Amino acid sequence: MTSKTHKNPGQIALFLFIALFLLSFLIIPVVKVFYVAFIDVNSGSLTLINFKDFFNTSLFIESFNNSFYVATMSVLLATLISLPLAYFTTRFEFKGAIIIQSLGFVPLIMPPFVGAVAMQLLFGSNGSINLLMDEYFGFTIPFMEGLNGVIFVQSLHYFPFILINLSASLNNIDRSMEESAQNLGSSGMRLFRRIVFPLAMPGYVAGASLVFIKVFDDLGTPLLLNVNNMLAPQAYLRISSIGIDDPMGYVIAVILVIFSLFAMWIASLALKGKDYSTVQKGGGGLAKRKMRPFERIVAYFIVILILLTVLSPHFGLTLLSFGTIWSYSVLPDGFTPDHYVEIFAETPEFMMNTLLYASLAATIDIILGTSIAYLVLRTKIRFRYWLDYAAMAALAVPGLVLGIGYLRTFLGASIPFGDAPLATWWVMLVIALSIRRLPYALRACTSALQQVSRSLEEAAENLGANKAKTIQRIVLPLMSGGLLAGFVTSFATAAVELSATIMLVSTESDAPLAYGIYVFMQSAAGRGPGAALGMVAVLIVGLGTYFSHRIIEKGRRERSIENNNQK
Amino acid sequence: MKLPFKSLLAVSVIAASMSLQAMENKLVIVTSFPKDLTKEFKSAFEKKNPGLKIEMLKKKTTAGIKYIQETASNNSSDLFWASAPDAFEVLKGDSLLAKYTSPAKGIPKNVGSYPINDPDGYYTGFAAAGYGIMWNTRYLSAKKLPVPAQWADLTDAVYHNHVGMSAPSRSGTTHLTVETLLQGNGWDKGWARWKQIAGNFKTVTARSFGVPDGVNSGSFGVGIVIDFFGLSSKGSGFPVDFVYPTTTALVPANIGVLNNAPHPQAAKAFIDFLLSDQGQSILLNKKIRRLPVNPATYANAPANFPNPFKADSTIGAAVNFDVKLSKSRYNLVNSMFDVMITYRMDDLRAATKAIQDAEAANGNKEMIAEARALVAALPITEAQAADPAFSGIFKKKRKKATDKVTGRQAEVEQQWDTMVKANYAKAIEVANKAH
Repeated sequence: MTSKTHKNPGQIALFLFIALFLLSFLIIPVVKVFYVAFIDVNSGSLTLINFKDFFNTSLFIESFNNSFYVATMSVLLATLISLPLAYFTTRFEFKGAIIIQSLGFVPLIMPPFVGAVAMQLLFGSNGSINLLMDEYFGFTIPFMEGLNGVIFVQSLHYFPFILINLSASLNNIDRSMEESAQNLGSSGMRLFRRIVFPLAMPGYVAGASLVFIKVFDDLGTPLLLNVNNMLAPQAYLRISSIGIDDPMGYVIAVILVIFSLFAMWIASLALKGKDYSTVQKGGGGLAKRKMRPFERIVAYFIVILILLTVLSPHFGLTLLSFGTIWSYSVLPDGFTPDHYVEIFAETPEFMMNTLLYASLAATIDIILGTSIAYLVLRTKIRFRYWLDYAAMAALAVPGLVLGIGYLRTFLGASIPFGDAPLATWWVMLVIALSIRRLPYALRACTSALQQVSRSLEEAAENLGANKAKTIQRIVLPLMSGGLLAGFVTSFATAAVELSATIMLVSTESDAPLAYGIYVFMQSAAGRGPGAALGMVAVLIVGLGTYFSHRIIEKGRRERSIENNNQK
Repeated sequence: MKLPFKSLLAVSVIAASMSLQAMENKLVIVTSFPKDLTKEFKSAFEKKNPGLKIEMLKKKTTAGIKYIQETASNNSSDLFWASAPDAFEVLKGDSLLAKYTSPAKGIPKNVGSYPINDPDGYYTGFAAAGYGIMWNTRYLSAKKLPVPAQWADLTDAVYHNHVGMSAPSRSGTTHLTVETLLQGNGWDKGWARWKQIAGNFKTVTARSFGVPDGVNSGSFGVGIVIDFFGLSSKGSGFPVDFVYPTTTALVPANIGVLNNAPHPQAAKAFIDFLLSDQGQSILLNKKIRRLPVNPATYANAPANFPNPFKADSTIGAAVNFDVKLSKSRYNLVNSMFDVMITYRMDDLRAATKAIQDAEAANGNKEMIAEARALVAALPITEAQAADPAFSGIFKKKRKKATDKVTGRQAEVEQQWDTMVKANYAKAIEVANKAH
């Protein structure tokens, strides 16, 4: 088998193409910005002294520890939120499973700025919940204060990474494994702990490592809660201060990248040397278990409680978008549709641009993600792991840095068949988005491929199919759940990306929704329209997700009918 | 930058001949201003010049600077339009601005004690703004807090955990407020006052708009903000109000033509329009609320609209603002504020609380004074801050390779941090013993 997969010219070409893509659109632009970290400000020569300063500065060490603590706790809390949602909807006959899966995904779409305002108005120290609690119980809970506030918001925001990847994995587990265990007398929690969860490990690790790295590298949430003593905000504050070129900002960014790669490597160790693939699947014939009435009531209660919590920011956003003035009160003073009228009158092109950019970027991500996963798991090309690591490093690169890097790298070149600079062409915006969201798609594709047994491919090849046909007819259909998960995460998060976008947008007619929200949220009067635009973003992405789920489910059902007819 | 006479002549001849040509039909403006402001000027200017289209590129001030710096080799923007004078100083320092002096009449030289236009002619002030105190009326009445009027009021223990401000390193106008108090009260007393105020902070926001946002939502009750944030929030219907304390600085908001602007005629015409009677009047719009730089425009202003040009006006008059001094220690002051206040907010808040508790309990006066002194202690003296060799550590770039700078910012900040943290901890200890 190894000799067969070795030295396939097509695979080498693919490897080179992806390596070139990552080199031009990620590594070179980022290195052009990051080299400052290795320059001695006094002499201009190359040095590591800035890194020594990093480790000698107690504020940075403290920030590192805080970031680590927050990332770890967020993974734990996110796991608690996603486990029941994923388990109930994939292993049982559960009415509304698709809706729950789609809704459970909405928290990822947190429009910039307005999402933060909505959270403050609900959970802040003088937000609706605390105002009510103060009135009726005489005490308040600091949901949004300090590191615990960051953990709370981050887990609500990023748990869908675990939910999506874990659900894809659970759907792929061979039912017969569970049945064998049941026949041998195992049931309940023991069955889950010993059989189901271990088999779903690739998906869980994919999701959990994403949550960990994303939270570790995220600057948006700490900044909105005004928590400065974490690494990513420290880097951001130092990079974006007016007139100061403090190398420490870039040093921190380099350290974020290195640590993220380290975390990826640890995650890959957790899966190493184990085989997660199961042969008999893809038929989609997973007989889902029926719940007993009592079980069903408990399950629905848990699911609804979780959904209410995780969707509360969007509930707040809805109120904000219809509210007149909302200040130090439980609910807005009044309601009006004016904000929606305003945005539809002024900014129709934002929505089309967002749909176009996000879907193009997500498509690129799926193609690259599948290719990289395939090269890493199915070939023996040297350095293939570096593709994976390089792509994942994008998680730790602040959008601002990527944006500056693009301007620096591509400003000199012109766009094909035109004379405007390449850097300000909208296609570059799409590429920047796809680079920023590639890690999400890549993890989903990798975990999906990990669960596909090689013997299925070998069987196809023995029957005379060539590599391309095997991939097309066997591998891709079996990976479809993971591909969907990857597409949807990339699409949804690209739709609300701002930091690289704001650097690269050069005409208003090219701007996406996130930019429109930013523009509104710069003034007191823009809060309502900004929230309305945020709601539009959520709806677009939510509907996109729902329909993707429908299409995949339909495909699965059709395949299973086909299988049953053949029997 | 000095140009030889010949090329100056050539430039002016070209400029004169170009002004006879028809104006370009496009104008690209990089701006940090909100839509409420840009939209009014855009539609008015386009109406006045049929066929001309304005493209407004909205970027945060910092992103705007980076964008202009990075695109300079292939520039497609005409104007940079933003509040903070320091942002324009950065662009000017990088030779990214072109000189232009508008022929507009009736604009005085100074607003308060701050020059309206760049003395070298690279950027033009079109509106003035000053810092003040903004508060949420519902919040104050729910928590039974008095309405503040002066900076000193904010040091009162009743405001503990109720005040918000953004960091001076994040916002040029916040920086000027910090510097104004330092110049008005003196270096040591000024910093002591800032730490007393900051000890009552609930938060130091990363974005300057985070402060009015927080007051509008009721996340905190009182905010230290620039006037138009307060006035426009009130104008948009939020239950908030705004006041100028006596010691405040007025600063111009600016506009400047970029080097190699593709549409220079339209760019200059836009600046002239901003300074015209029509342009200045737009500033009075209730969603905009900025102070016009043309004193004549105030005749049309609504009642009680602050007028810094009135003979008896107190706004911006109390401090004789020294622009040179401010510039020489600009980054140093920002760094000190971040090290002593922003990044040690929890420690400072705890120390302040301990002192306030000791005072409320009528504790030992000497020990309270000792704790206060510990909090107020500074890592460097004013003379050190004025030493160019020292403040040079915080400068962006060395001008020449021979400029000697010893020490690195990170190194110095670590020393300060060690001292400040230890002092705050000690202050808590002393204050707790005082009662």
